[in-house]
Amino acid sequence: MAGEPYQVDRAQAMIASPIASADWLIVVPVVLPIICGALLLMFRHRMRIHAFIALAALALMTGANALMLRRVLADGPFSMTMGGWLPPFGISFTADVLGVSFALVGSAVAWICCLYSLCDIDRTGRRYGFYAFLMLMMAGVNGAFLTGDIFNLYVWFEVFLISSFGLLILGSEKAQIDGAVKYAILNLVATTLFLIATGYLYGTFGTLNMADLARKVGGVSETAPLMTLSALYLLAFSMKAAAFPVNFWLPASYHTPRIVTAALFGGLLTKIGIYALLRSMILIFPVERAAYSMPIAIVAGATMILGALGALAQSDLRRMVGFLVISGVGVMLSGLALGSEGGLAGMAFYALNSMVVMTALYVLAGTMRVAGAGFSLQELGGLYRARPLLAAIAFLLILAAAGLPPASGLWPKIVLVKASIGEGAGWLAASILVSGFLTTMALGRVFLLAFWRPANVSLPVVAVPSLPLAVLLLLLLPVLLVGLYPEPVIAMSVSAARGLLDPSAYIQAVFPQGGG
Amino acid sequence: MKTLIFRTAAPFITALMLLFSVFVLLRGHNDPGGGFIGGLIAVAAFAVQGIAFGVPVVRRALYFHPMAIAGCGLLMAAFSGVLSYAFAVPYLSGLWAAPSLFGVTVDVSTVMTFDIGVYLVVVGAITSIALSLEDREDG
Repeated sequence: MAGEPYQVDRAQAMIASPIASADWLIVVPVVLPIICGALLLMFRHRMRIHAFIALAALALMTGANALMLRRVLADGPFSMTMGGWLPPFGISFTADVLGVSFALVGSAVAWICCLYSLCDIDRTGRRYGFYAFLMLMMAGVNGAFLTGDIFNLYVWFEVFLISSFGLLILGSEKAQIDGAVKYAILNLVATTLFLIATGYLYGTFGTLNMADLARKVGGVSETAPLMTLSALYLLAFSMKAAAFPVNFWLPASYHTPRIVTAALFGGLLTKIGIYALLRSMILIFPVERAAYSMPIAIVAGATMILGALGALAQSDLRRMVGFLVISGVGVMLSGLALGSEGGLAGMAFYALNSMVVMTALYVLAGTMRVAGAGFSLQELGGLYRARPLLAAIAFLLILAAAGLPPASGLWPKIVLVKASIGEGAGWLAASILVSGFLTTMALGRVFLLAFWRPANVSLPVVAVPSLPLAVLLLLLLPVLLVGLYPEPVIAMSVSAARGLLDPSAYIQAVFPQGGG
Repeated sequence: MKTLIFRTAAPFITALMLLFSVFVLLRGHNDPGGGFIGGLIAVAAFAVQGIAFGVPVVRRALYFHPMAIAGCGLLMAAFSGVLSYAFAVPYLSGLWAAPSLFGVTVDVSTVMTFDIGVYLVVVGAITSIALSLEDREDG
């Protein structure tokens, strides 16, 4: 406090050197949506400006993330510690290739979803604050991807969770409240486990800074209860990611909200669980992850096969896509089970691909409802003749989701299959391929029934608005581009995996002098 | 609630609690207190007023919609961090100034504006919840 009678040596606790302007880029993707969310709350009744503010903010966030990605790919990770306190006392935000690439794709997908919301969210939805919730959720999502402090990660989990409750019940239908209760309770159990584990972690290490934990964990492995700690984190984050025994909240809730909300959730939220698993299990608990390798592999295999079987059994399009999200989570977890550079790169690549493809599938379901009669495969039909462009888009998206060429889904699966054969886990490679086959069957069924089968009742001829088709094409563009030219993304994923496996650059970014 | 004693006492209780909430907010920098707890005390004051005179009276007295108050607080808290950019210090660093008003030195800081932001967020968000709950009870 100014004017205090005693003097303290601030250099022991505070950052003395000035902060470069370029480092401020790291708070933009978090602070900008908070400011815009606050503005939208204040101008709740000016509903015309909501969408434009949200679109502009999401575009700026995507731009900031893209600039950061260029920087971390060229110069390695960088960090800023809030409030001027030295790490590990201040909360660090640390940008590395993994976090920034997830944040970039997440923001871009959210921008496209926001574009789609123009035709999906009516005045009531805007008055209830769809765009304000969207902004606050994106603050939470970006915060989770960029933070370098594990307790702060918990805070961002809560931020996006609470905003996602608001998005889920937009419309206040009975089914939505029912889905939201299941989603809320089970996610709160997961975050509570996360919080318990974090308290335990702090009691063991006396620090919550991820870089600090990564460099201290080697020194205490003889005495600290690291297996328990890593098991708690594994359970909590697997629940978030919707891995097999703890995935039941996802099919119970994701079919109830507006299609744009489901697209956002299916695209982004489970990937935050995957990201948190990568951060905690690889950066902090690499030895324990190796010990849990077999259980993780079994969970991964069960998740991908049962998710795909669940998709095969559904006749409601939205429920089916929900199960496909789960199946994709299983494929990603197989990378965690392997733990090799190839496995982790495949996992990161698959997660980025899945953000785009799962969002696109939900948007496709929404568009098919407008074009056809509903979400049910029993009622849909005759879309191939009536909507050839939609059929073409749907066909390419089905290839992307099933992991077939020429779409981008092929490459991460190749990386993962190659890595699992390299590690001698042939059965894991086989289950990835079988789940891909089952996904192809499930989605082929959609194409067969909804598109090729002649319409059994004369459908009301509704003109499909051009906006959903434009949104689908926008989502399809990166899928096809990466499918045809995957090298840059593969190189980026490998760089992300290396950054996790060898955290010295990450630690160096947070502790430049090696002190603390 | 149609109790004469409560209706007579409520305005005084509300005024006292609001004053106390500001006191708790400002003393919170070095002593127990702060924006969060001060905000809760203010919400309790509005709730008492709502129980005594009904929700519409409180909504009129607040003038702004509670969610707008929360948004304003969030904006204030976020901007007290952004000010650090001009001084080349990390986001949310505490910046102090001691302007002299009529010979009295007043310490103002971004820490204080952040805390006032927290106060407004809590007042806005929880008042919004409390008033809609009280609304249900009446209707």
